[in-house]
Amino acid sequence: MSEGIGAPVKRKEDKRFLTGSGRYTDDIQMENQAYAAFVRSPHAHAMVKGIDKSAAEAMPGVLAVLDGKQLTGDGIGNIICGWAITSKDGSPMNMGAWSALATDKTRYVGDAVVAVIAETKAQAREAAEAVVVDYDELPVAATIGAAVAGDAPQIHDNAPGNVIYDWEIGEKDPTDAALAGAAHVTEMDLTNNRLSPNAMEPRAAITKYDAAEDHYTLYTTSQNPHVARLVLSAFYQVAPEHKLRVIAPDVGGGFGSKIYIYPEEIVCLWAAMKTKRSIKWTADRTEAFLTDAHGRDHVTNAKMGFDADGNIVGFKVSTKANFGAYMSLFSSAVPTYLYATLLSGTYNIPNIYCEVLALYTNTVPIDAYRGAGRPEASYLVERMMETAARELGRDPADLRRQNFVREFPHQTPVIMNYDSGDFEGNLNQAMEAADWNGFDARKAESAARGKLRGIGMACYIEACGIAPSAAVGSLGAGVGLWESAEVRVNPVGSIEILTGSHSHGQGHETTFAQVVADRFGVPLDSIQIVHGDTDKVQFGMGTYGSRSGPVGMSAIAKALDKVEIKVKKIGAHLLEEPEENIVIEDGQVKATGTNKALGWHEIGLAAYTAHNLPADMEPGLKEGAFYDPLNFTFPMGCFICEVEIDPDTGKTEILKFVASDDFGVIINPMIVEGQVHGGIAQGVGQALLEEVVYNEDGQQLSASYMDYTMPRADDVPNYDVLHHNTKCTTNPLGIKGCGEAGAIGSPPAVINAITNAIGNNDLSMPATPSKVWALIHSARMAAE
Amino acid sequence: MSTVSMTVNGKVVASVVEDRTLLVDFIREHLRLTGTHVGCDTSQCGACVVHVNGKAMKSCTMLAAAADGADVTTIEGVANGDLHPMQKAFNDNHGLQCGFCTPGMIMSGIDMVNRYKAEGKTLDEAAIRAELEGNICRCTGYHNIVKSIQQAAGEM
Repeated sequence: MSEGIGAPVKRKEDKRFLTGSGRYTDDIQMENQAYAAFVRSPHAHAMVKGIDKSAAEAMPGVLAVLDGKQLTGDGIGNIICGWAITSKDGSPMNMGAWSALATDKTRYVGDAVVAVIAETKAQAREAAEAVVVDYDELPVAATIGAAVAGDAPQIHDNAPGNVIYDWEIGEKDPTDAALAGAAHVTEMDLTNNRLSPNAMEPRAAITKYDAAEDHYTLYTTSQNPHVARLVLSAFYQVAPEHKLRVIAPDVGGGFGSKIYIYPEEIVCLWAAMKTKRSIKWTADRTEAFLTDAHGRDHVTNAKMGFDADGNIVGFKVSTKANFGAYMSLFSSAVPTYLYATLLSGTYNIPNIYCEVLALYTNTVPIDAYRGAGRPEASYLVERMMETAARELGRDPADLRRQNFVREFPHQTPVIMNYDSGDFEGNLNQAMEAADWNGFDARKAESAARGKLRGIGMACYIEACGIAPSAAVGSLGAGVGLWESAEVRVNPVGSIEILTGSHSHGQGHETTFAQVVADRFGVPLDSIQIVHGDTDKVQFGMGTYGSRSGPVGMSAIAKALDKVEIKVKKIGAHLLEEPEENIVIEDGQVKATGTNKALGWHEIGLAAYTAHNLPADMEPGLKEGAFYDPLNFTFPMGCFICEVEIDPDTGKTEILKFVASDDFGVIINPMIVEGQVHGGIAQGVGQALLEEVVYNEDGQQLSASYMDYTMPRADDVPNYDVLHHNTKCTTNPLGIKGCGEAGAIGSPPAVINAITNAIGNNDLSMPATPSKVWALIHSARMAAE
Repeated sequence: MSTVSMTVNGKVVASVVEDRTLLVDFIREHLRLTGTHVGCDTSQCGACVVHVNGKAMKSCTMLAAAADGADVTTIEGVANGDLHPMQKAFNDNHGLQCGFCTPGMIMSGIDMVNRYKAEGKTLDEAAIRAELEGNICRCTGYHNIVKSIQQAAGEM
């Protein structure tokens, strides 16, 4: 089946993007459209003493100048975090109030204070400049260190010491005992650098209010339009759910940053109602740096204990996690259930304990960014393993091999139950492809040219396919994390698949159609994927956490099961053969052992004409399904990176990057490899180039592409992407998910390679030339 | 206000615009050709690349008035028939994911192939990576974009 599961089919959706016919939010022009511009706090922490709007209101084209008091006065609710975390002492998390427009106080540079609505974009921006806000500046805590200092300013009144929660997982006393009795303990202090997701399409919103129907429409750059509608209606009370249509058309990348509901969508919906105009807002790039949720930003102390034979006996982790100024939608889950639950890595670790202190700072809110907690876990575990191997004088591959989980299912001490995998198979495949054994000769060749060569590996594991609803509900999630699908077979036999997943680069229009083509043998061109519109698709939880394959496609498979049953009943009836003899293949419905067959379109026609259906059968051919996962899925793999460093400049060049992944069943290898390429580039970016930098006043110093180093084509290598797959045992298609793996496994592989080259483990990300140069020369400088 | 007139994708267009109107806004807002995108506003990302008199230019950093009298080609105008070889190569090699940077990548790709051909130079992988310095993609990790441009260079 050349178009079915496993075929590297070229993407169906490409043509519109290649010809400039894509339809992104900012490409849409509404009738009667006005524009919004936001007045944002230039201070990281300040009281708002007064707002003088008079000059702005008098400017040409200005329709409204709206502030936070008007917003809350109209009953618009605060922005919330949807996952409740309980502290060690049983107390609930301390969620501070977040109004879409600040009322009394601003808490980060970029916090929206006033919205100006005007006839043109330029008029809105000019009038925003004319709004005078009287601020009373307050002391600032811009970093984790500043937030926990004794004299730290209080950012939210209900979060003493700026602590949101002080959470723990695992068993503390047995872990302490295991470390006390260990033959060797490796201890490291590690920082996971703060990143900006940087989808290339800036966030945007267009809103429309129909006064006659009291109905709202929102076009937005969202990864999950139904969740946006739910939250906008149930919590922010912008509009009732049945009176709000949310459309996420073509969306130019997300990487997590477009999951959340931001102040701008709320304000634009509300402003559309107030002004009776359609309102468009599109972020510029600096606005994106100042308002899109950032990712990572952890500071961690970790201790890993080994017995005399090199077996891990215990792992103790203490992490401080920066949340920024407010709790974004999924923020609380990231450094807890998406992080600490992966601290067992690919290894048998009998005792694990992790505590996480979640902190407010006067910075942009932090939430899930590609990988979300799992890159932080993978970085920690794999740097610890590498350092331990060096301290123990062990080969890093052998130490990992010795500690690998080999039997499944495997219950870790931190909730997760791994269903499948062959960790050593991926390790072996990657080592062979990287010519690990030939490294010494290559290192000598580099040395002869005065260069330092290094090789490093990382054996990551992650949890995807979020998630069994009852399980996440028991852990504090405010929503279920199933997915929905509807299969509509039309009277002519063409098929529409309505999915709650959302594609913003992942190629769902191709891969989802492949699942259908595989099942019925119908051509890909006869299948249409419909997504991203709450008026078309009944409900869905959206795309993040690599869930569209394991959860979204499982829902489609479940709906296809129901269609298949009905098609077979109709076929049996029309062919006058027993139902158990009916098969569907190559787009035909056949009776085995006979030459009787019906074309696929004949079934569709029969279902809709209903002239000759089995007794008691309803007409039509449309089935829906909700799929709730039984477990997380566990993609894993081994990444190997080889670098060469110029000791005169400290510049790192990646010479080779090998990825061997276990993604379970792969629907389209071309698309899966593309996901891995992009993930690795983001991981290489984190390891070598990217960092959001704040000064102590809370000013973001890296808020443009002239200051924040995005990976460019000549910063990254070609990637060798290989697969050694074992089928996932807990979903119908056997898929594990592939969207985040590249970003999860690559940072430790890169850093392990650099520290191998320079012979110094004390390296933090991003490994800029100046940092690497300083480490290379630190021993010499100390001696001088 | 200025009157600007130029040829865009083979059609003569004229309009009265504010002096400060950027070429990209003229293309997107006045002509409603929305395949040319704005990704960064600072000439870094290249989502806005168009051809002005046959050369790749970042239309977010050029005034519409500066293009008065020019011959402009946007992503909507590159194909002579179904798909330009560069567009086809991106489809063949999975050189795009979300598609937002893609028009700029294709316009830069066509420009670099044309320049190297005109100068009789070989456009190898290292040259493509260096030439792409002005175009940022967050999805593909560049691997398949480089392959796409290599394929098209052989076919153009």
